[in-house]
Amino acid sequence: MSNVVNLQEIAAKYKNAVKDLKQRIIICAGTGCVANGSLRVRDAFMKELAKAGLAAEMELKFEQEKSFDGTYVSKSGCQGFCQRGPLVHIEPQHILYTKVKETDVPEIVEKTLIRGELVDRLLYKNIQTGESCRGNAEVPFYNRQKRVVLANCMIEPACIEEYIAKGGYEGARKAITEMTPEEVCQNAIDSGLRGRGGGGFPTGLKWKFTLASKNAKKYVICNGDEGDPGAFMDRSVMEGNPHAVIEGMMIAARGIGADEGYVYVRAEYPLAVERMRNAVADAEKTGILGEKLFGTDFSFKVTVMEGAGAFVCGEETALIASIEGKRGMPRPKPPFPAQRGLWGKPTVINNVETLASLPGIFRDGAANYRSVGTEKSPGTKTFALTGHVANTGLIEVPFGTTLREIVYNIGGGVTDNSGKVTNDDFKAVQIGGPSGGCLTPDMLDLPMDFDTLKAVGAMVGSGGLVVMNKQTCMIKIARFFMQFTQNESCGKCVPCREGTKQMLALLDDIIEGRATRQTLDLLERTARAVQMGSLCGLGKTAPNPVLSTLRYFRDEYEAHVFRKTCPAGECKALAKPEIDPAKCKGCTACARKCPVGAITGTVKQPHKIDPDKCIKCGACKAACKFGAIFGI
Amino acid sequence: MQETMEQTNAMIEHLAAVNKILEKYHYQEAKLIPILQEVQANYKYLSKDMISYVATSLGISPSRVYGVATFYAHFSMSPKGKYVIRLCDGTACHVKKSHSVLNALRERLKLSPEKQTTDDFLFTIETVSCLGACGLAPVMLLNEEVHGQVTPEKALELVDKIIADEAAKK
Amino acid sequence: MNTNTLTVNNKVVEIAGERNLLEVIRKAGIDIPTFCYHSELSIYGACRLCLVEVQGRGIMASCSTAPEPGMVVHTDTKPLREMRKINIELLLANHDRECPTCSRSANCALQDIARKLGVTEVRYKQLVKNLPIDKSSPSLVRNPNKCVLCGDCVRVCREVQTVGALDFANRGANARVVPAFDQDLAQVECVNCGQCAAVCPTGAIVPKFDCDKVWEAIYDPEKIVVVQVAPAVRVALGEKFGFAQGENVARQMVSALKLMGFDYVYDTCYAADMTIFEEGTELIDRITNKKVMPMFTSCCPGWIKFVETFYPEFLPNVSSTRSPQQIFGSVMRKTLPEALKVKPENIVTVSIMPCTAKKFEAQLPKFATNGRPDVDVVLTTVELEHMLESMGINLKEQPPEAFDMPLGFSTGGGVIFGATGGVMEAALRFAVEKISGEPLNQVDFKEVRGLGKRKEAELNIKDTKLKVAVVHGLGNARSLLEDIKAGKAHYDFIEVMACPGGCVAGGGQPISRESNFRSARAAGLYHTDKERQLQKPQDNYWVERCYAESFGGHAGSHEAHEKLHTNYHNRSQIFDAKSVILQGNAENPLVICVTICTKQENCPGQKLLAQVADFLKKEDLAEKVTLMAAFSSRPEEDGTLAVSVGDELIARSGTPEEILASVKTAIKKVLK
Ligand SMILES: Cc1cc2nc3c(=O)[nH]c(=O)nc-3n(C[C@H](O)[C@H](O)[C@H](O)COP(=O)(O)O)c2cc1C
Ligand code: SF4
Ligand code: SF4
Ligand code: SF4
Ligand code: SF4
Ligand code: SF4
Ligand code: SF4
Ligand code: SF4
Ligand code: SF4
Ligand code: FES
Ligand code: FES
Ligand code: FES
Repeated sequence: MSNVVNLQEIAAKYKNAVKDLKQRIIICAGTGCVANGSLRVRDAFMKELAKAGLAAEMELKFEQEKSFDGTYVSKSGCQGFCQRGPLVHIEPQHILYTKVKETDVPEIVEKTLIRGELVDRLLYKNIQTGESCRGNAEVPFYNRQKRVVLANCMIEPACIEEYIAKGGYEGARKAITEMTPEEVCQNAIDSGLRGRGGGGFPTGLKWKFTLASKNAKKYVICNGDEGDPGAFMDRSVMEGNPHAVIEGMMIAARGIGADEGYVYVRAEYPLAVERMRNAVADAEKTGILGEKLFGTDFSFKVTVMEGAGAFVCGEETALIASIEGKRGMPRPKPPFPAQRGLWGKPTVINNVETLASLPGIFRDGAANYRSVGTEKSPGTKTFALTGHVANTGLIEVPFGTTLREIVYNIGGGVTDNSGKVTNDDFKAVQIGGPSGGCLTPDMLDLPMDFDTLKAVGAMVGSGGLVVMNKQTCMIKIARFFMQFTQNESCGKCVPCREGTKQMLALLDDIIEGRATRQTLDLLERTARAVQMGSLCGLGKTAPNPVLSTLRYFRDEYEAHVFRKTCPAGECKALAKPEIDPAKCKGCTACARKCPVGAITGTVKQPHKIDPDKCIKCGACKAACKFGAIFGI
Repeated sequence: MQETMEQTNAMIEHLAAVNKILEKYHYQEAKLIPILQEVQANYKYLSKDMISYVATSLGISPSRVYGVATFYAHFSMSPKGKYVIRLCDGTACHVKKSHSVLNALRERLKLSPEKQTTDDFLFTIETVSCLGACGLAPVMLLNEEVHGQVTPEKALELVDKIIADEAAKK
Repeated sequence: MNTNTLTVNNKVVEIAGERNLLEVIRKAGIDIPTFCYHSELSIYGACRLCLVEVQGRGIMASCSTAPEPGMVVHTDTKPLREMRKINIELLLANHDRECPTCSRSANCALQDIARKLGVTEVRYKQLVKNLPIDKSSPSLVRNPNKCVLCGDCVRVCREVQTVGALDFANRGANARVVPAFDQDLAQVECVNCGQCAAVCPTGAIVPKFDCDKVWEAIYDPEKIVVVQVAPAVRVALGEKFGFAQGENVARQMVSALKLMGFDYVYDTCYAADMTIFEEGTELIDRITNKKVMPMFTSCCPGWIKFVETFYPEFLPNVSSTRSPQQIFGSVMRKTLPEALKVKPENIVTVSIMPCTAKKFEAQLPKFATNGRPDVDVVLTTVELEHMLESMGINLKEQPPEAFDMPLGFSTGGGVIFGATGGVMEAALRFAVEKISGEPLNQVDFKEVRGLGKRKEAELNIKDTKLKVAVVHGLGNARSLLEDIKAGKAHYDFIEVMACPGGCVAGGGQPISRESNFRSARAAGLYHTDKERQLQKPQDNYWVERCYAESFGGHAGSHEAHEKLHTNYHNRSQIFDAKSVILQGNAENPLVICVTICTKQENCPGQKLLAQVADFLKKEDLAEKVTLMAAFSSRPEEDGTLAVSVGDELIARSGTPEEILASVKTAIKKVLK
């Protein structure tokens, strides 16, 4: 084969094409920013630049002799700070503008691009100090992170040349041309890389088992199902850095001896599907995917498949069933996919983030990878930080980082229900989604890694981090996750199908004031039975939120059960609205708002609520300007 | 005779489109899910006839295809409204009170968890768990359009505007 | 120490080829409960009752774990016990717990396990589903409120029978086992074999009980109630009453039936002999006159519905001989009024069958004489068992008694009908003698006996080479048909029985937990065959006399064809996409359905449909019909021209003009 791909040539071509660029405007085109109009912002830039007589391009052309010397307006995948989107970066000045609207564009072009000045109102303001931050380096949300997997998320995802110019596909080339499959597995083992799909199983070891299964046909599957509600790191990697996923799959394929791969993307991510499909097509065109790669006998082809909406299809055997065109119902393991997977052939399944970590490991070496993170959990981990924190978004930190660092420094602190940073409001963090557990204020300084979290009954899981303030009822949170797993259970096995349903009913009893001591006891026993008896990970972990809240917030359960009150005031059925006579000014606002006329009193005299009439709607509390109403 | 021919021709054309999808996937049973996805993309939902047709064409039992179609949330066995509102009730959106938006919308459109589509087939309201835009929680999808940080007021405004626009069209 | 052992609760057990831990544990004498494990089906792993603790590996489902030497297994730790109990409680909380009125009571795995585990209360809230009970099928009743979703029925129907009438639908708490589109069983491709009911651990699918109809008749002094009993019933009925598995209890049964009030007790084996007269004659005719070959047997209504639905192209290959049950029905209707001197309308004919499909067969309009079904009521073996119990009759204590004559007389050939290969063997006893023209001394054809998937034999009878095959279980039938279609297999004569093992393991038989129940019951039949004086059906002189008196003198006569043969329907349109062309207003409009192939450009079906529509309008019949187009893409060359008129199918043979003419005739026949 003559047309062996030459990565250096492509990189050189790219560098040549951009060497004379005056400026580059990078507009985030992840799902969040697009939702906020970033594509319209991009069009506005093109229009304004043209108006100002500045040459601008949205796509680089490599065939021309002369390199382009105008402004390159490129897209990027999600940069993690969606809350502040659309984000616009201007290079080489390192300026980050946030919440940019179309109407801001003329001013940016005029001031920043032509005159080199800053538009201060579009800069991010430090929450603690109120100072303007010029670029990522000054934004606490970014500068306290360590971005490895997400590092490339500023590149143009549709431009394979840029990926290659940043060292892309070098790791795959090494694995394919310079290493035996055994060495590939060993290198992965040496790096200490552990699966990011939830279990934290050593990736290299999993490959080794699959390599050991003798079969002419094997598969690599990229698990992009990302079903944990509230987590979106895999989405952002697939959208922003799809080639890293493909490269990771090639390395895995080399390690186990596979020649075919599937990317299974959840249906809610149309943009990720599109970007992955385009990237596969580009890689094929470039000669990076296909037959006899890098001049060796190694061949690899990739198919992107869109899921059809079932959380359980994140589970390996269900995912395989789904690719095979069946109901996504897990089957018992063993046999593991490493022995019998897709179409009965040995199969390795890795998570998107796991795969995207591989190019760096193979390019720069295992030792380099281990220099970050902890001994047993090397490297970095992305988290989706959401809930009651000032800065929500996607973050990446080394393993071993403390929760305090994440919540208070990167996240900018805990907010109350109105969005104000109060910092004395921290109650818990739910980590790992529906299969995870909660972390309490006294765990703020625990190093976050696979084993420490497991020891406290939580898990890294997918990496969803939901911060909750004191106005959050933990039983309702447990119920929320129970409802989720109950909806998403495939319905195959008895403990999960019937158990989650009954656990939900028991939680409802607690929330609605019908519970007794037996309810609590039965809830706990059922949780243990479901955990022990279920067929797959969904059922086995479904009780975790309940068990974890029972462990750390037992008093809150007991308050509901024995005192019939909800300390957080969220459970309506337990509410007993009352008026504090000391605070009540007798303004009558509440009485006028009450839909059932439960409030009586004379003007300027403390009012009273008739508990027999009250329907616990909460209207009075919202109406009272003096905070006199409590218990709801 | 002419009339009959026309009637069946219309159906044959429909099914010719399905045949094309089936051919694209080489009548492979394993491609059932992408096949159903494309059929649904063409016809907005999976009718009993379409499912039967796909099943018999692939040589598999209709109960199996029905089983697959009812397993995955994305397949719909009944027609949906012109505007499909999908409200996220994932963790991030939930803690940011997405249910208040949901309740407001359901109340306005007289819908419920059991009744998801309005009688005039203008709106369908569904909940989904996580659209992957959690940073913008709560998130709502109106057909393909993502709306972030929605409030009940914002959502109702959107819906009212559509109702007004549709009324104006008539 | 033997290296090929493991320990179960500290007991050393040898691993001897068991496929899973569960089998090893059961071998060790510990019967851990299961719902979803069935040795003949794929592993499903859903009920989680079979969990055990394996040292060093944790909790595992024993049904899906391969045994390995050195494993240390505990089947009953505290958490395991608690988990099992909770599991059952959870199921019961979602179960229609109506044991006293449930036909599976006393033979129900759920009830049994709950009792064994000492579940004395259900601590959970009862989540009543109240789903509608499906009584649409003449053969089976499905009560989804009793389903534990073990999937056994789904797997037997798909894997063993390759029918796939049932599957899971929805997911999570809403998951259910249903026919396609949640339709009734009678509306889908179910062939009524009842194998699903045979594997169901609970009362969620059970044979339909028609006992009350029989009691009615018995209590009616006007009525003479006659009963025929199929061969397989006699080797299964005894199990419940303490007889050895497979023991032939025919004689005790006869006296019990008399005690119940049946007036005459006859033997279906008589009709089985007669079946061989017809089928054997037909076979010889097909061979000598070079008609459509190979020929398939037709005594199993489950098989018939299977061909009608999935392989209509083979219908011309199926023998037109009625099943023994229906032959008997015909004979009874024809001969009994005269013989017993009873008014025809006062004779109630009952049959006791191992079979749920026979209930379906008996109600087909084509099996009727003067508008009255030839067989009024079909009971299954289990129903008979229930009736005996309800009357307090202990079979074991009944004095032996013989069937009534002459319709109670049969040869050994008729008796072995109940086991797979039996029909073939009986037919060979007939055919070999007839073809060779010499008396047959060696009547055993052992090649076709047993539980092999496909049994074959090649016979050289004078100049005639006869290659035969026997399959049982519809999955085996399907693969044989596929092989024939692909030109990979060639036979002259093929026996098909829908149930694995044949009728001894029919859907209406008592459910047995013994692994060898099929061969034990079959052995009972073969034993009886050996004991008979006559073993060749053609030696049944009572049958011969019956021909002489009532059916044109000999097998294959015109009269025989009229009353002992039948025709078949193409049911393949059942799942085609349909669109209604004309919708009449009449009550129960006649359904006419024309198949149009969407893969064939200008499919002639389209023109045919238009012509039929025109015809209906011209004749002013449009109001009385529902005319439908059925669209198909089944990849068959020109094989799609098919029109069904009501129940009748005008198949594709012939030119479009000819078909149109037959369609017109058929429509007129029904509507005028
Ligand atoms: C119910 C369930 C859902 C899961 N969802 C995902 C998912 O969305 N993405 C993922 O990568 N892994 C998911 N997993 C874990 C996978 O089954 C599998 O372990 C993982 O993809 C392996 O990749 P890794 O070794 O790279 O972590 C899920 C597991 C279970 C039991
Ligand atoms: S644990 Fe739940 S999701 Fe997993 S197989 Fe059982 S029912 Fe299905
Ligand atoms: S909670 Fe509602 S009903 Fe009760 S007093 Fe306040 S306003 Fe009235
Ligand atoms: S609104 Fe507040 S202050 Fe006013 S009357 Fe009511 S309780 Fe008192
Ligand atoms: S299925 Fe079993 S447990 Fe259920 S009602 Fe019938 S006998 Fe009782
Ligand atoms: S076993 Fe108990 S519950 Fe059942 S019928 Fe007898 S008394 Fe009633
Ligand atoms: S009776 Fe036979 S064909 Fe019908 S559902 Fe049961 S197993 Fe399937
Ligand atoms: S009907 Fe019976 S066999 Fe089928 S799933 Fe339900 S309990 Fe199991
Ligand atoms: S094999 Fe026997 S029991 Fe089974 S369906 Fe056929 S005739 Fe009935
Ligand atoms: S989509 Fe732009 S930062 Fe997430
Ligand atoms: S939780 Fe709503 S978008 Fe993720
Ligand atoms: S028998 Fe093992 S899970 Fe049901």
